[in-house]
Amino acid sequence: MLAVPALVALVFLVLPLVGLVVRAPWRQAPQVLTSPDALAALRLSVLTATASTGIAVVLGVPLAWWLARPGLRFASLLRAVITVPLVLPPVVGGVALFTVLGRSGLLGRPLYEATGFAFPFTPYAVVLAQTFVALPYLVLAVEGALRGADRRFEDAAATLGASPLRTFLRVTLPLVGPGIAAGAVLAWARALGEFGATITFAGNFPGTTQTMPLAVYLALETDPGAALLLSVALLAVSVAVLAALRDRWTRAW
Amino acid sequence: MVSGLTARVRVVRDHFTLDVAVDVAPGEVVAVVGPNGAGKSTLLRALAGLEPVGAGRVVVDGVPLTDTDQGIAVPPHHRRIGVVFQDYLLFPHLTAAANVAFGLRAGGVGRAEATRRAQNWLDRVGLADLAAVRPGRLSGGQAQRVALARALAPDPRLLLLDEPLAALDARTRLQVRGELRRHLRDVAGATLVVTHDPVDAAVLADRLVVIEDGAVVQTGTPGEVARRPRTEYVARLVGLNLLAGTAEPAPEGRSGSRVRLGTAAPVVVPGRHAGPVYVSFRPAAVALYAEPPGGSPRNVWAGEVVGLEPAGEAVRVEVGTAQGPSVVAEVTPEAAADLDLVPGAPVWAVVKASEIEVYARG
Repeated sequence: MLAVPALVALVFLVLPLVGLVVRAPWRQAPQVLTSPDALAALRLSVLTATASTGIAVVLGVPLAWWLARPGLRFASLLRAVITVPLVLPPVVGGVALFTVLGRSGLLGRPLYEATGFAFPFTPYAVVLAQTFVALPYLVLAVEGALRGADRRFEDAAATLGASPLRTFLRVTLPLVGPGIAAGAVLAWARALGEFGATITFAGNFPGTTQTMPLAVYLALETDPGAALLLSVALLAVSVAVLAALRDRWTRAW
Repeated sequence: MVSGLTARVRVVRDHFTLDVAVDVAPGEVVAVVGPNGAGKSTLLRALAGLEPVGAGRVVVDGVPLTDTDQGIAVPPHHRRIGVVFQDYLLFPHLTAAANVAFGLRAGGVGRAEATRRAQNWLDRVGLADLAAVRPGRLSGGQAQRVALARALAPDPRLLLLDEPLAALDARTRLQVRGELRRHLRDVAGATLVVTHDPVDAAVLADRLVVIEDGAVVQTGTPGEVARRPRTEYVARLVGLNLLAGTAEPAPEGRSGSRVRLGTAAPVVVPGRHAGPVYVSFRPAAVALYAEPPGGSPRNVWAGEVVGLEPAGEAVRVEVGTAQGPSVVAEVTPEAAADLDLVPGAPVWAVVKASEIEVYARG
């Protein structure tokens, strides 16, 4: 009896992807995918997603380490706060970033008055918007890895004379390396696909803030065939990410 | 300057209090023996600075590492105390050589020099060929030797070993125990081994400190502890019957003493003793009879068989006596069969006075 809904669910998940590949006007592929706008969008997407992932790793791993410490007070509250951007509609995230880093935002106004620089509608805004939505994925993935790791290795390192920083760099980080890698891939995929926060906070300017998802959306109104081809390109990237993560997701929990 | 380890440590956790004093001289190996949950590992972690100490002092080579009165609590990475952990905790992402070099590198030794010294240490423990192997591919005995080399390489002031043989199977254990003893004899500093195994303790250590329920109950050389156990636990460990009683010398003109054991018939023992004493005797010194023994042997208890278990070539029989103490006898399998020893069978246990060791209690 359960086979019927199960099968429906499977078809529902797979069929649209099949449709994407089947209906894409492959003949136009070389022309569409090598057009200056598409290449610029792809380049911007890859660069900003990578930058966001870099920031997420540098800031997120220490945060995860701190969260995973035994006996941390208010740990569950902190974890909830970190999870909010995960469940928040990205458009709301974009608006929220505006209130802080917009030209007249809490931090944005002093910054603009002091330097004449404002984040919105720049590639930096794209990076910030993507980091905002991607960081929680990385933190939660790394925190899980840290919780699963045997902390007594840190004791062993300490008795050998290693300072807490050396222990973190030489023992803790390598031990949770796979967890960090998985978290980074997840964060990268999330950053690559970000739409709502980006278009709200960074706008949609070809060459400076128009990432692939924005290009797909725009193309759908003018050239549906091109939108299909750009979507297939994003699908290919997603599948590659899944392949990179397959060990993690197929492991029995 | 006082060398070696001088420690008094009090740790209170939930419903458990550890309060022990331990001294170890340089070059001496002391084993802390006790049942599971006695606080052995807590003591070791407290000495290493991995467990906060409620009250006490830990001084190694004259340097106070913990002193709750003066607010001293040196963090573990500044203590120079080497630890061999129970399951070794070799860093799985580093080779054997890199594991051994880890402490040297942390201590500021250059990469080339650290590698050279790590290789020397692996030579010393007979693992020169396995320098490039990761811990996942080492056998239990090899991992233990790498862990020992890793702990000793940074030249610690004190070496601690937590159940160093517990992770090994019985066959390798015998061989590794001998090797470990040899390596520990070479250590110039103080060494403290924590173990629940009396044989490990006797082989490895010069002196034993027995702890139960967080307190020291007996100290002495392995021989002393084995001959004159002071608690049920130690007696069971070393395989002796131990009874507590009160002695009074025999009347003038007669030899020996009588020891009262609660309500039971008094035991007659050699030598003149008075006051609270322990009485101990080997299970093999207990003879069993299926019928009341003839003649007039002293120290006869009527009872019944409570349980039997094989012990090497012999059979250990636990005899519960009606008014007397419960004693363990060791008989040959033939005797066990002849006497028809099954649980519940009536039996008479006899101990010769000359086989009984008596020593003051408290």
